[in-house]
Amino acid sequence: MNDLTPDRDERVANLKGLGCSRKRVEDARFTQGKGNYIDDISLPGMLHGDFVRSPYAHARVKSINTDAAMALDGVIAVLTAKDLEPLSLHWMPTLAGDKQMVLADGKVLFQGQEVAFVVARDRYIAADAVDLVEVEYEELPVLVDPFEALKSEVVLREDLDGQTEGAHGPRKHHNHIFTWEVGDEAGTNAVIDDADVVAEETMYYHRTHPCPLEPCGCLASMDKVNGKLTLYGTFQAPHVVRTVASLLSGIEEHNIRVVSPDIGGGFGNKVGVYPGYVCSIVASIVTGVPVKWVEDRMENLMTTAFARDYWMKGRISATREGKITGLHCHVTADHGAFDACADPTKFPAGFMNICTGSYDIPIAYLGVDGVYTNKAPGGVSYRCSFRVTEAVYFIERMIEVLAIELNMDAAELRRINFIRKEQFPYQSALGWEYDSGDYHTAWDKALAAVDYEGLRKEQAERVEAFKRGETRTLMGIGLSFFTEIVGAGPVKNCDILGMGMFDSCEIRIHPTGSAIARLGTISQGQGHATTFAQILASEIGIPADSITIEEGDTDTAPYGLGTYGSRSTPVAGAATAMAGRKIRAKAQMIAAYLLEVHDDDVEFDVDRFVVKGAPERFKTMGEIAYAAYNQAIPGVEPGLEAVSYYDPPNMTYPFGAYVCVMDIDVDTGVTDIRRFYALDDCGTRINPMVIEGQIHGGLTEALAVAMGQEIAYDDMGNVKTGTLMDFFLPTAWEVPNYETDHTVTPSPHHPIGAKGVGESPHVGGVPCFSNAVQDAFRPFGLRHTNMPHDHWRIWKTANGLGLHDT
Amino acid sequence: MTKQIVEMTVNGETREVMVEPRELLIYVLREQLRLTGPHVGCETSHCGACTVEINGKSVKSCTMFAVQAQGAEITTIEGLGSPDGLHVLQESFKEHHGLQCGYCTPGMITRAHRLLQENPNPTEEEVRFGMAGNICRCTGYQNIVKSILSAAAEINSASEAAQ
Amino acid sequence: MIPPSFEYHRPTDVAGALAVLAEHGDDARVLAGGHSLIPMMKLRMADVPHLIDLQDVAALKGIDISGDQITIGAMTTQHELIASDALHAAAPIIREAALQIADPQVRYMGTIGGNVANGDPGNDMPGLMQCLDARFTLEGADGTRTVAARSFYEAAYMTDRDDEEILTHISFAAPRGGYAYEKQKRKIGDYATAACAALIERDGDKVAAASVAMTNLSDIPVFSEAAAAALVGSACDDAAVKAAVGAALEDIDPTEDNRGPVEFKMHVAGIIISRAIQRAWSRA
Repeated sequence: MNDLTPDRDERVANLKGLGCSRKRVEDARFTQGKGNYIDDISLPGMLHGDFVRSPYAHARVKSINTDAAMALDGVIAVLTAKDLEPLSLHWMPTLAGDKQMVLADGKVLFQGQEVAFVVARDRYIAADAVDLVEVEYEELPVLVDPFEALKSEVVLREDLDGQTEGAHGPRKHHNHIFTWEVGDEAGTNAVIDDADVVAEETMYYHRTHPCPLEPCGCLASMDKVNGKLTLYGTFQAPHVVRTVASLLSGIEEHNIRVVSPDIGGGFGNKVGVYPGYVCSIVASIVTGVPVKWVEDRMENLMTTAFARDYWMKGRISATREGKITGLHCHVTADHGAFDACADPTKFPAGFMNICTGSYDIPIAYLGVDGVYTNKAPGGVSYRCSFRVTEAVYFIERMIEVLAIELNMDAAELRRINFIRKEQFPYQSALGWEYDSGDYHTAWDKALAAVDYEGLRKEQAERVEAFKRGETRTLMGIGLSFFTEIVGAGPVKNCDILGMGMFDSCEIRIHPTGSAIARLGTISQGQGHATTFAQILASEIGIPADSITIEEGDTDTAPYGLGTYGSRSTPVAGAATAMAGRKIRAKAQMIAAYLLEVHDDDVEFDVDRFVVKGAPERFKTMGEIAYAAYNQAIPGVEPGLEAVSYYDPPNMTYPFGAYVCVMDIDVDTGVTDIRRFYALDDCGTRINPMVIEGQIHGGLTEALAVAMGQEIAYDDMGNVKTGTLMDFFLPTAWEVPNYETDHTVTPSPHHPIGAKGVGESPHVGGVPCFSNAVQDAFRPFGLRHTNMPHDHWRIWKTANGLGLHDT
Repeated sequence: MTKQIVEMTVNGETREVMVEPRELLIYVLREQLRLTGPHVGCETSHCGACTVEINGKSVKSCTMFAVQAQGAEITTIEGLGSPDGLHVLQESFKEHHGLQCGYCTPGMITRAHRLLQENPNPTEEEVRFGMAGNICRCTGYQNIVKSILSAAAEINSASEAAQ
Repeated sequence: MIPPSFEYHRPTDVAGALAVLAEHGDDARVLAGGHSLIPMMKLRMADVPHLIDLQDVAALKGIDISGDQITIGAMTTQHELIASDALHAAAPIIREAALQIADPQVRYMGTIGGNVANGDPGNDMPGLMQCLDARFTLEGADGTRTVAARSFYEAAYMTDRDDEEILTHISFAAPRGGYAYEKQKRKIGDYATAACAALIERDGDKVAAASVAMTNLSDIPVFSEAAAAALVGSACDDAAVKAAVGAALEDIDPTEDNRGPVEFKMHVAGIIISRAIQRAWSRA
């Protein structure tokens, strides 16, 4: 060492590795308008596709006449189910083991369903041609209520009529899809029936939609000369899309290249495979030229991937002291016209069985019945791991209802029932093994931060003032404590279409000491190019600024299952660390050779290997990389590369404690979020700046869902909220500033202890906002009211409690 | 329908395009002039992803026909800075994590630019109200507001120093 | 969302615009800011074979304040209304209301003429203009006429304007006394769940004159003469406000939509009207 050698702290800082709020490398292009999103891609001779869609929610298609459309100059083709049938592409498999019409095959089952696909020279001609396709419909009775659907004589899915066995076991009715059960129902009922105190509640978690700002789209380009299909698109799982495209089209997988370019937000909406993708591929194969399809906002909201739509009925029992003894949950799940839920194959209700939440509940049962209705298909995890938002909303509402039943403070009830730190790894009654947690510490920190007792005192004073007629504004204190389950998942449990849910990373170190790493995931705004380089920097001692991260091109990236369910950090992040360790192992052999000592006599130190006990003798990673390419080292192959396919041993279980303070105008239903405090524990923190950004965004999506965002249907199955006038996306004006905080409880099984964070704020945020509304009315006798808490529903609650009587 | 010539000044350069009257300005900018910074988000003038500046106004270019822009001066995100010298707002959005997926960002920065022209020293509330025509699905706005306030402070201190 | 083809006209004077209207009748529509019409065209809910862009018609622009008479050209944007300090000094209720319309980008393009003329019951300016007792100047082939805002609206999207006329100017006397434009909406960019414009003049402790009008609570804006009558001569005390609200509610007929059912809207309307009156009185 000499005076020019930076000290250890400087060398660590220079890496911009784990724990550093590194600025994002993506931002240079995005801030200059140089992102490359699907609709920015243009290929020579490209044609445009556009759909003829059903105005009806349920109708027989009597005839389709395409003559007038075909006669329009510039129209190349109009595809209908009849054209796709010879290719067996008029239907396609869904991720949930069902099948879905690509184009209407004899009938339509939801408003906006794809009926015909027009291919034209430009988007203007395509739109004109859509108007010229004549479709004759015969309207059929519409079912928009799943409970009605289970009683109705009307058969929605005639293609399945008579099939009593579905993808997930027996079907009980022609509009029933599956029953999924976890836990001990008889035992749970016995405990609840004998309990001191029982609380029951039915709640509806309304249908909503992820609504990323960029809608879905793709560009298919069949190169007939070389027999290669290139497919660009808004895919959260590009490798799976390649496999599905190969299976459907018969084109061998090596002849298909799928590219996810920059994606303008996903939130689950871009996991599925949509008819637009299939039709674009077919059209490109038929015409031999590129075909682009990009949906508009109404199409996005009306037809691609909704979320939630769960009717949840719960019973929870406790001792008089408030110790929970059992939990029973039944869900009626409205899946719409086709079961296209995006869940691991063995989990038709996702991870809904995390519904025992953060609490030590000795016995529990969950039953879920999936039902067909005349609504759009989907059922994706909108900024959450599979159905975890539903589960956490359910338990966090049941806790509040139980607190009312016990006449107890809801914060205290939670504290009494939290899984204790020493119980981890904790085996839940519904089959999960929680990896790590310290819930009491997080809870106490959160309550102290907001001065919980002071808030309760202020609230009590407000109630008195209200009763005296001095104010018309109530105050609600929303609490939520959530446990997420992310990082699907162990391959033995979790697969999508048979593909195990591992993920991957491949690293190449260049001779001059910089590197490229490719992953099987794909960022949609999470900043992977920034944060995965940080993981790697800390593992291999090369500065993050010298590492390129690439994702989304299946020709170059290793196979992976994609980005959703907060799985990138838990799975691909682990693969990155493991691949990095392989690099380091080889680097150690090279360093030992260069330093003329035994392998065991050198050790890794930030950005170099040093001889143990002689730190002045070292080789930097740059020197080692160069040697890997220019020196013949006995017993060591040239080059410095590694790949890791990581199959996680378990999920990770991030958690957090949120508190919301809200003022509510009883007369108008207008709410004001005065304060929101969010404590998150996502294990090891890779980039605090990015974590904080994820939390702000997830909380804002939670605010939207809790306070007004919904996909609403009328009795005829018409979508009432098809544009951004009615579908609530908050602006800067409606959103508060959030206070963020954290504790750190690393995952014991993850290579760097990280757990994932992108979805936590949504999962924990929705019940927190909702609980704030409900808590405001608790002193006046409210037990539960359903979301979304828009002005009129809040007004209705107040009205029902007699608060407008003068 | 016959096409007609529309002449506009875009990012300081005179540009001529041949358009049908029904062609929306956003598509002409994106597809004919290859200025793909402004994006299409909602098509009903709610989201602001398509925001450009026209004759000193922030305009949602999905709700304007290109023919209406005959003779207009237009600035898009591409006209605000260059790789060799980013605009203060572009730097500030990077610095304060004012973006995630990047889809709303060009419209957001273009709008913020006009806001600061009209109100160089806004309060947080004025920023939130002045940016309410632009929707972001990722950031929750907190860091966007921070980015704009910080850029305003920087511009003001630079101009004070110049005086 | 792509509109059907149309022919584009860009006259430089009112006569030129009227000539196109005369030639094409129903097939022609004038375009002001376009933020109501263009989305309807994109959704193919409005078929407009001939579109007449009024942006070059200089005579339709500007704010003129002469004495207590205010005249505003139809093509004056919401942004220009907000930015005008002279207008704010003469009629501060205009800025207060205009700031509650849509969002900044829409206000740069949206015009007062478009807002009052297209007959959309969700628009805020018609109710405000009724409150101000404004007069609309209409020009057609047969000449110019003026119509009171209070008698201009017939039904949703139906007004007293002939298809071949253009609304060119809006004029009103500068209001005296206190003012308020109160609006409840779900979010930025939304139409009102309920909105109310109120003007009150004070004489000592009593209300000397009052005007109350409402937005989006019927298929047309509603000026409530009875509400004003209930206030005049009173001390604007609780009883008078209650009577005025009761009278105003008699005059409205809201319909159910995504904002809520009729019962809710009636209740919220009562609150909003009451707040508008009280705020106007506090400023009187």
